[in-house]
Amino acid sequence: LIDVSTEVLPHTIEPHPITGFYNGKFGMWLFLASEVMLFGALFSSYVLLRVGAPHGTWPTHAETHLSVPIGTFNTLVLIVSSVTMVFAWAALKMNDLAKARRFLLATAGLATLFLVIKLTFEYSPKLQHDKIWLAEGHHISGHEGQTLTGHIVEDIPGQDLVIEPDAHGGGHAEKLRIPRQHIARISTFGPEQSNYFGLYWTITGLHGLHVLGGIIVILWLALPGVALWHSRPAQFTNRVECTGLYWHFVDLVWIFVFPILYLL
Amino acid sequence: MAAHDAHSHHGGHHSHHEPGWIRKYIFSVDHKVIGVQYAVTGLLFLLFGFCLIMIMRWQLAYPGKPIPFIGAWLGIMAPGGILAPEAYNALGAMHGTIMVFLGVVPLAVGGFGNYVLPLQIGAADMAFPRLNMASYWVYFCGGVTMLASFFLPGGAAKSGWTSYPPLANIETGQTVWLIGMIFLITSSLLGSVNFIVTTAHLRAKGMSLFRMPFFVWAQLVTSFLLLLAFPPLEAAGVLQLMDRVAGTSFFMPSGLVVAGKPTEWAGGGNPLLWQHLFWFLAHPEVYVLILPAMGIVGEIIANNTRKPLWGYKTLVYSVIFLGFMSFIVWAHHMFITGMGTKISAFFATTTMIISVPSVVILTCFLLSLWNASIRFTPPMLFALAFLPMFAIGGLTGLPLGLPASDIPLHDTYYVIAHFHYVVAPGTLMALFAGIYYWFPKVTGRRMSTVLSHLHFWPTFFFLNVVFMPMFFVGMHGVSRRLYDQTNYVLGQEVQGLTVMSSWGAWMLGISQLFFIINFFWSIKGGARTQENPWSATTLEWAAPSPPPHGNFAQIPVCYCGPYEYSVPGKKRDYCPQFEPLEV
Repeated sequence: LIDVSTEVLPHTIEPHPITGFYNGKFGMWLFLASEVMLFGALFSSYVLLRVGAPHGTWPTHAETHLSVPIGTFNTLVLIVSSVTMVFAWAALKMNDLAKARRFLLATAGLATLFLVIKLTFEYSPKLQHDKIWLAEGHHISGHEGQTLTGHIVEDIPGQDLVIEPDAHGGGHAEKLRIPRQHIARISTFGPEQSNYFGLYWTITGLHGLHVLGGIIVILWLALPGVALWHSRPAQFTNRVECTGLYWHFVDLVWIFVFPILYLL
Repeated sequence: MAAHDAHSHHGGHHSHHEPGWIRKYIFSVDHKVIGVQYAVTGLLFLLFGFCLIMIMRWQLAYPGKPIPFIGAWLGIMAPGGILAPEAYNALGAMHGTIMVFLGVVPLAVGGFGNYVLPLQIGAADMAFPRLNMASYWVYFCGGVTMLASFFLPGGAAKSGWTSYPPLANIETGQTVWLIGMIFLITSSLLGSVNFIVTTAHLRAKGMSLFRMPFFVWAQLVTSFLLLLAFPPLEAAGVLQLMDRVAGTSFFMPSGLVVAGKPTEWAGGGNPLLWQHLFWFLAHPEVYVLILPAMGIVGEIIANNTRKPLWGYKTLVYSVIFLGFMSFIVWAHHMFITGMGTKISAFFATTTMIISVPSVVILTCFLLSLWNASIRFTPPMLFALAFLPMFAIGGLTGLPLGLPASDIPLHDTYYVIAHFHYVVAPGTLMALFAGIYYWFPKVTGRRMSTVLSHLHFWPTFFFLNVVFMPMFFVGMHGVSRRLYDQTNYVLGQEVQGLTVMSSWGAWMLGISQLFFIINFFWSIKGGARTQENPWSATTLEWAAPSPPPHGNFAQIPVCYCGPYEYSVPGKKRDYCPQFEPLEV
């Protein structure tokens, strides 16, 4: 590439006297402003849909089957990854490339841990977990209310549905056979179940994509991108700083996502 | 570092290796090449979008009759040459989408902004040249996605460019539209970040904020609108995409019945949520369409009246205020949704307030003409035509901003006439003006004056033939999305006006041939020009025509304000920003 940016243009490295930013950092702040509007719109949608939800369609915390300890642990993972990101930048400022790379790799590792926990303990069980709404006037002995959650064992069209309901103390209760005509609706805990789960999957999914993007950039900086350090160390340090700004923003979004989806 | 800095203050374009053809013209990082790419692609999409409406206007004027000449080529869209209702809806939705997102914005912001803004502030390029290239190619992918949707099973989107649910959730073609929009939004985002950083950081020495040409101010405010207003539409697009592919029901209410059958949605969603998110973008988007046009008109009026732009600072403050207010007027598109009188009163008030800076801007332009010895050059003709056209568009918008008068006019042809007067006779006139004005800078040659006049007069006339009758059709009560208005008595009564609009549109199409011929012929055959053929004052005229990679032989220094025309006691009637004022 013809790198006009570093040959001719001012403020690629040294900050502008009035804004106090070099070009990349200013650009990153503007990008984050637009990200605030993106997630802000989703959070606003959350408020509007929750306030306007017809009675009984917004799940209680127990009905969401989300684990607060897992969410809390993941919150801590992201916060620690923000700290390692700052250490990586600080190490570069002190001319210690090896240490910076270790911290970058640690950040990418923690971010990966976040996604792995999300996928194995949250996303995939939700898709294997089912909810059944019984038709008007039907009840199942031993179960209260019109709904039932558990794992569908047998789902052959035209025959009774067989389900292992969730037991109160964990594990599974005895299998139940439910005639088709008694069932109003069947859904997994995927986005189609309710607006709550629609928002849960959309917001955490979009946040997860941001984490994934961060991992790719951080790994690139730690591995092939490090070549820039040897030719233009100041520019490389700035790249790490900008990536750090982005990374802190991704953490900050999670700090908002966690309470509104897990706690409130 | 010191050596590197010293080097950077000497232009330095001469030190580059000459890039290969593909690097130079296809995947270029030069803001001028990218600007031309944007402009040409935008013009092609404008032509395509215009062709769609010319086909639709046949069905409107002569419902149920086979389309002459091209009817046979339309295949399943027009069985027996007669435009099918679904195809009519698809053409309507895609006309709006293409004109707004793929035509006017890329030309006005991507084209003019990219080419002219760095030159006017005396920069060698945009702040992020590679990001700039990426923004064009992401836009290109969005355009290809939109075009491809015509050929996919289910066809192109059919729910209007506004894509209101529940219709948009169930109608075919919408998924591809949403994917295309996500490309276009991303492209705008990259572009706007680039424009803001460039304007803030890359101005030449002496180019203080109040020495920036009005065009640069207009582009700067536009960039902030794109940066902050588009993401909510992206959020809305993601939510609608989830509704369509993942079975959610964000925009679908409980118990909805379609074609006599209850729909299978989780329910509890809210169709109004889409309207709020959509118009939160789409109202600022109106200003994205109009502000660059105002910027262009300002430049051309100052240049051709040979006077400073009247009220330059007032213009700047107005455009900033306009940008700010445009974020809090969106629900005036939603008065008939029953959102409540209090909310309606708020948005009616903000809408009346936002009309004030628009009128101030127009007034400043008009006062600039006062007592001037005007040069009626081709760009000036178009810029002058912009003024009454934008005034008609703006003033006819006032009744739509007040709930009492909006309710009967909502969704009629009156609305179509109103906003087309703003963006078609208004913005498009200004964009043509800009093309005639900066063509010599881009190519080093002038466009033909004779062909320009052959283009201008019929265009000006026929634009009014197209849109003026629509006010009356709309006030008569004809709804804007009818496939065949003669199904209704009130439609039959004004069918003559609809036929008039259609003929106006086809004649307008023929008038554009003069522009197309002029555009291509002048690239090779136009009269050669020097750097500054219009005797203009702003910095882009200091660069050679066409400017080389890196723009200026020497990065210019800005010595004075942007419009120092006819300064008393000077030898010439203009003092360029790039020359020290003679004592």
